[in-house]
Amino acid sequence: MFDFNIVTQWLDTLLMSFLPAWATVLIECVLVALAIITLYAVFAIVMIYMERKVCAWFQCRLGPDRVGPWGLLQVFCDVLKMMTKEIVNFRKTDQLLHRAAPFLVVTASMVTFSCLPWNKGAQIIDFNVGVFFFLAISSIGVVGILLAGWSANNKYSLIGAMRSGAQIISYELSIGMIMLAMICLTGTMSFSEICQQQENLGWNIIRGHVPAVLCFILYLIAGNAECNRGPFDMPEAESELTAGYHTEYSGMDFGYYYLAEYMNLFICAGIAATIFLGGWAAPLIPDWEMWNEIMLYVPGFVWFLMKVFFVLMLLLWERWTFPRLRIDQLLNLEWKYMLPMTMALLVVMAICVSFGFIWN
Amino acid sequence: MENKSYFSGLFSGIKSLCTGLKVTGRELFTKKVTERYPENRKNNTVSERFRGVLAMPHNENNEHKCVGCGICEMNCPNGTIKVESEMVEVDGKKKKQLVRYIYDHGSCIYCMLCTRSCPHGAITFQPEFESAVFSREALVKQLNKPGSKCAEKPAPARPAVAPKPATTADVTTPVAPAAPESDDKVAKLVAAAKKAADNAAAAKVAAEEAAAKAAAAPEDADLKAAADEAAAKAAKLAIVADNVAKKVAEAQA
Repeated sequence: MFDFNIVTQWLDTLLMSFLPAWATVLIECVLVALAIITLYAVFAIVMIYMERKVCAWFQCRLGPDRVGPWGLLQVFCDVLKMMTKEIVNFRKTDQLLHRAAPFLVVTASMVTFSCLPWNKGAQIIDFNVGVFFFLAISSIGVVGILLAGWSANNKYSLIGAMRSGAQIISYELSIGMIMLAMICLTGTMSFSEICQQQENLGWNIIRGHVPAVLCFILYLIAGNAECNRGPFDMPEAESELTAGYHTEYSGMDFGYYYLAEYMNLFICAGIAATIFLGGWAAPLIPDWEMWNEIMLYVPGFVWFLMKVFFVLMLLLWERWTFPRLRIDQLLNLEWKYMLPMTMALLVVMAICVSFGFIWN
Repeated sequence: MENKSYFSGLFSGIKSLCTGLKVTGRELFTKKVTERYPENRKNNTVSERFRGVLAMPHNENNEHKCVGCGICEMNCPNGTIKVESEMVEVDGKKKKQLVRYIYDHGSCIYCMLCTRSCPHGAITFQPEFESAVFSREALVKQLNKPGSKCAEKPAPARPAVAPKPATTADVTTPVAPAAPESDDKVAKLVAAAKKAADNAAAAKVAAEEAAAKAAAAPEDADLKAAADEAAAKAAKLAIVADNVAKKVAEAQA
């Protein structure tokens, strides 16, 4: 398996050979930041295009196919439109918070984005409490959403923000429980170690069998809710709240929310791929020497992206099938069904792990 | 919605969600229904029933079926159709003939009242939908082709009702030939009487049919109502026919 550490270490020694330590660190930080922003933008565009096409297929349509071949340029046109649009500021809004809110949302999603393990050795943020850090940092987005609703001085925005806050905080509990169950299985919180372990011992969803599969399904539901996406897109509720917390945003300020929504979906799928489907680990089968050798030729980031897009398809399938929930049904689902189930799963997983009912 | 217990509600919910997923999952792989319109206009097909534009079909002899009665014009809710006709004398009989059938596509609401009410099926809607032109005037069309004429009706035009009237018309029909008077008025009355008798007979047949239908499906309230209505209509027409017959008798006397 290709180890990305070779590249980073070569670059590091190269820079260190003729630059002082501080300059090396500075240049490396800039390069990493550039990489994150580029990947973020590229995947946002891919995601928006994929969403449109896949949703059209689910609805027996073709999707965008007018601008460019197969509508490939459609997203670029939309981005261009959004960037050239005027940013409107209203007099009675809280100007500072109103402008700051989208950046908070985007920052939160970018930091969580950099937690993703792309390849062996190609991980930007990686330390021993990675999963915990991920859960903590992803909650910052809620602050941005609440600020957006509050500062807009608009009752629709406020209601949308309150709903979104209630929803995200509730479903974060489920996600936390699911993560705990999986950490129970892996015994580590570091994303790189989780991936390495899955390469050596097999994917978590197979190792953890029944409880892990149930965790995966519940994670898909909670993840969609966490991203404010249908059937849990109550905060937007365009028919009753005229778009919810981002009613008063225009131009690129609105674009940031749009971007963050799609990237949160990508991150959600990426974490699912890492925790359950082995991240960059190839599907290795014991005693199948030929198979394993071929699988190891495929670089890790290809495996990772394949898994991410597989999970994305599942999330989109869910999103374009189910009708939107009412806010009370939505909270009912979380507090009366999802949370007890995830708690029970945590206990089941703990029992399985402690009595050795796992496949290695 | 019935109240279910926690677990049965949960499982039935999961079941219905899976049904939904199955439906959309299948839809993902079905052939897409989107039409790439301007590209596929060569072999694009529209449903036969699509109401695109009103047309008057002509046969190979440049003949149409319109007799210029103007029923379509009367039925049109917003004056889209103008029927211009003239009286001509054919074999000593005065006959209405269509001159121009003007259809203003710009004000048509495609309600189809004209084609439904046409007694001769002379007009239909065609599924052509590329109707855009650069001026309102271009939307006003003449539907009968220049030099066309009304197709001569084949001889057994109304055989379905003609043989039947023996039942009710037997009262009046013998009267007509028995009248030796060459008075115009009486002849007209006799003709009217005959027509009324025909109508009554036709209505009676219709009523009988409707009654038979209603009897076949006794639980269908609509059919029964239709049968009652037809019966009432037949009775009314029979009375009319009787009245006319009386008048004829008076005139002959």
